Amino acid sequence: MGALFRSEELCLVQLFLQSGSAYNCVSELGELGLVEFRDLNPHVNVFQRKFVSEVRRCEEMEKTFLFLEQEISRSLLPPFIYPPPVPSPAPSPAPSPAPSPVPSPALSAPQPRELLAIEEESERLARELREVSGNWDSLRSQLTQLSQYRGVLIRTHPLTMSQVPPPPPSLETSSVLDRGQDIRLSFVAGVIHPWKVLAFERLLWRACCGYIIVDFQEMEERLKIPETGEMVQWMVFLISFWGETIGQKVKKICDCFHTHTFDYPESTAEREEILKGLQSRIMDITMVLSQTETYLHQLLSRCVSVLPQWKVRVEKCKAVHTILNLCSPSVTDKCLIAEAWCPVNKLLLLQSALIEGTRRNASGVDSFYNRLPLSSSSSSPPTLFTTNSFTAGFQSIVDAYGVAQYREVNPAIYTTVTFPFLFAVMFGDVGHGLLMTMVALWMILQDTDHTKNTHHGNEMWRMVYGGRYLILLMGLFSVYTGAVYNDCFSRALSIFPSAWHIQPMNWSDETLRESQYLSLDPNITGVFQGPYPFGIDPVWHLANNHLEFLNSYKMKMSVIIGVLHMTFGVCLSYFNYSHSGQWSSVLLVLVPELVFMLSLFGYLVFLILYKWLAYGPQESDRAPSILIHFISMFLFTDNKDNPPLYAGQMVVQRVLVVMALASVPVLLLGKPLYLCYHHRRGGNHTTEEESPPVVDTSSINSLLGDLEGGGRRQQQEEGEFDAVEVFLHQAIHTTEYCLGCVSNTASYLRLWALSLAHAQLSEVLWVMVMRISLSWQGMLGSVVLAVIFSFFATLTVSVLLVMEGLSAFLHALRLHWVEFQNKFYSGTGYKLSPFSFSPIVNPLQTGLSSQLAP
Amino acid sequence: MAFLICGPKMATCGIVISIWGVIMLAMLGIFFKTHSAVLIEDVPLTEEDIKGDKNPLENIFGLYNQVGYNCFIAAGIYVLVGAFSFCQIKLNKRKEYLVQ
Repeated sequence: MGALFRSEELCLVQLFLQSGSAYNCVSELGELGLVEFRDLNPHVNVFQRKFVSEVRRCEEMEKTFLFLEQEISRSLLPPFIYPPPVPSPAPSPAPSPAPSPVPSPALSAPQPRELLAIEEESERLARELREVSGNWDSLRSQLTQLSQYRGVLIRTHPLTMSQVPPPPPSLETSSVLDRGQDIRLSFVAGVIHPWKVLAFERLLWRACCGYIIVDFQEMEERLKIPETGEMVQWMVFLISFWGETIGQKVKKICDCFHTHTFDYPESTAEREEILKGLQSRIMDITMVLSQTETYLHQLLSRCVSVLPQWKVRVEKCKAVHTILNLCSPSVTDKCLIAEAWCPVNKLLLLQSALIEGTRRNASGVDSFYNRLPLSSSSSSPPTLFTTNSFTAGFQSIVDAYGVAQYREVNPAIYTTVTFPFLFAVMFGDVGHGLLMTMVALWMILQDTDHTKNTHHGNEMWRMVYGGRYLILLMGLFSVYTGAVYNDCFSRALSIFPSAWHIQPMNWSDETLRESQYLSLDPNITGVFQGPYPFGIDPVWHLANNHLEFLNSYKMKMSVIIGVLHMTFGVCLSYFNYSHSGQWSSVLLVLVPELVFMLSLFGYLVFLILYKWLAYGPQESDRAPSILIHFISMFLFTDNKDNPPLYAGQMVVQRVLVVMALASVPVLLLGKPLYLCYHHRRGGNHTTEEESPPVVDTSSINSLLGDLEGGGRRQQQEEGEFDAVEVFLHQAIHTTEYCLGCVSNTASYLRLWALSLAHAQLSEVLWVMVMRISLSWQGMLGSVVLAVIFSFFATLTVSVLLVMEGLSAFLHALRLHWVEFQNKFYSGTGYKLSPFSFSPIVNPLQTGLSSQLAP
Repeated sequence: MAFLICGPKMATCGIVISIWGVIMLAMLGIFFKTHSAVLIEDVPLTEEDIKGDKNPLENIFGLYNQVGYNCFIAAGIYVLVGAFSFCQIKLNKRKEYLVQ
């Protein structure tokens, strides 16, 4: 059978990895993404595992990498685009041991000496970066301060020159000697944040009561505040005062406002000297700063070039060690034993990977594997489906309901056809289908541009993109059903001439004038010339009993499709039973189910088809009602007003109802009675129910003492046969099935309901929007038409395509998940999640691509 | 660059609607010109057109043709809109290429 009919066959393998080459073997397996490892030390604490120190070392390195990343993003130097596009990992086996000037493309898990090199270099880079960053910060703040001082001196120079001429020295000394008062002016100069200037000035004035003179000047250049890093134009202030107390007050107020004050020398010469000194110091610092920046730049560029590769490699190393932690050491401690699930058809690949790993290590002894037989006491194997980008979408919508059990029939392969078809039945419109197909084709053609694939961060877009083949099929099928319903943007297409003709009716002018609606009689010759070649006759769009006709047609069609779909589902359970060898279930469960379904609802489908075929326009006024026949079939009555469809109908119906009623107890009691009988007949007999269990479980877990437990468990299963539970389970199943048949058949009527809703919505849109513009008189109508068409287009896309599309998608999905799959599908398995490096290398490709073939 | 009015997304929208509009309006125009019966309700018929007059059929066909011409003119308008959007796309591409 094909690849998607059942899940792939998996086997449990025991890998014997030599201690030296274990790391390389596991890393080879990680590159392949082939096997899922099982945890052989479930009772061991995380901190007690064997390779915990290596894992911790990797985590330390990751912390260092994080610091480096932060430094890079902090500096945000324009030439770097971080993170740079990751180079595609070439699976070359031999990594270059010596650090090359050009980074090597091989991104395999590093060998121990390479890991050491990475660790050393990353720590060195981090250390140096920290140092250089600190230096740079302090240099910058020094520069700021010096610039501020210089600014103060420059700006206040004209102030002091103009305002207060220095008192002549004679007066100065005499005044000191004479009055003992210090009338010498003192200055406080500094810089203050411009927003605080007003408050500062006001406080100074209030505090010092006018005994001071304050001057504010703006600085020429903008300087950075070291803490926040914003550029601000500082205000230079110069406070001239005399007296000690006032001086102290001023100084306190300056401190309060976090100003930077500088020594302000009295004489011009001193000031000029200081200014000269400042200039030279500023030049020095600027030079040092630029050199520091160059060095910082160098370090950061080195980081940027190697950091992505390091990250990938260290993550791979950590992943490999995590897997090695799951293995159990053998008694001699010379090799590690691992258990993994591996697909049977990939065993050779596994072997070659192990050989490759051993070869890389150049150790003499090979690692090998041993295939273990599947026993019933071990857990059931995981499910693996090999899908391509087309089938992956359908498989994912089946998996969203539940992953298939191991080797269970997979509904995904039928879903590729039935899902778009059921969608299309609810969506049928040629125009909308064409639009959908165009959108899907555009998305598919985008696929060829690989660089765009992995970079779309938007979750919604990625989901829609993942379903592009689904949408393509949905669109194509919708074109087909639209052609059948004869709907194109709610207008009919008369590709073939209509089969109904009015001329033969010979209506006179008065008849035409007085009545609004006239009925065409198909019994008159020439009026109806046979059925329309394909689809629904376009004349129905002009008829006012259009909906009655379509309702009858669509309801019957929904029931037919529903019964077919469900019967198909029931038949699929045959394959499940035959695979697990439960032939008793085929007779005692499947056959009664089919009898029940077909004798009641299959007969309904037969009645519908018979009536369509056997009754023509001649008998149409006397045609029997199927619904009344169906009801009276159950009530065992006979309605005189309702003529039978065919001779012997009553007898046939009675037989069918009796058969259906007879199948219910068989379904209810057959299987449990059989199981009871079988159990009583022989306890130790290997039952046909499951494949013969192998008692010799050579899995490591059981060797460690669980063997007795497993044996006891098996005996318990045989011994304690819970009859009540089996009967109850079967009763629930029977009730669910029988009532479900009725309700699910009715549930398929949503196909009718949604297609009606879509047709009506589409018609409303046309009538309300387009008709206004088309009925506009005169030439202005064309401009109005052009404008209104854009509204029509927007509403079509947003309401009819997106909203109705999602709605029909949802309902088709529900029909599959509930009505179809509950006939045969259990969906209680779990997926194979192989140990693979692909989420490390391509972090954005998750979900759908995890099942893609490597 | 003074002609760059729309952004890239709006220009793409414009060209998509233009292509759709041209095709759909042209086909509508053809269907009106061939006097398709299905579209009878879209034609602005009045009572006098049908009942009175010498030749009601001529009137109806005349109205059909008029609506058909309207459709063709609207299709022509959309050709212009499409050309404009196409120019905008070209300008956007050039701008994206130039500015780093």
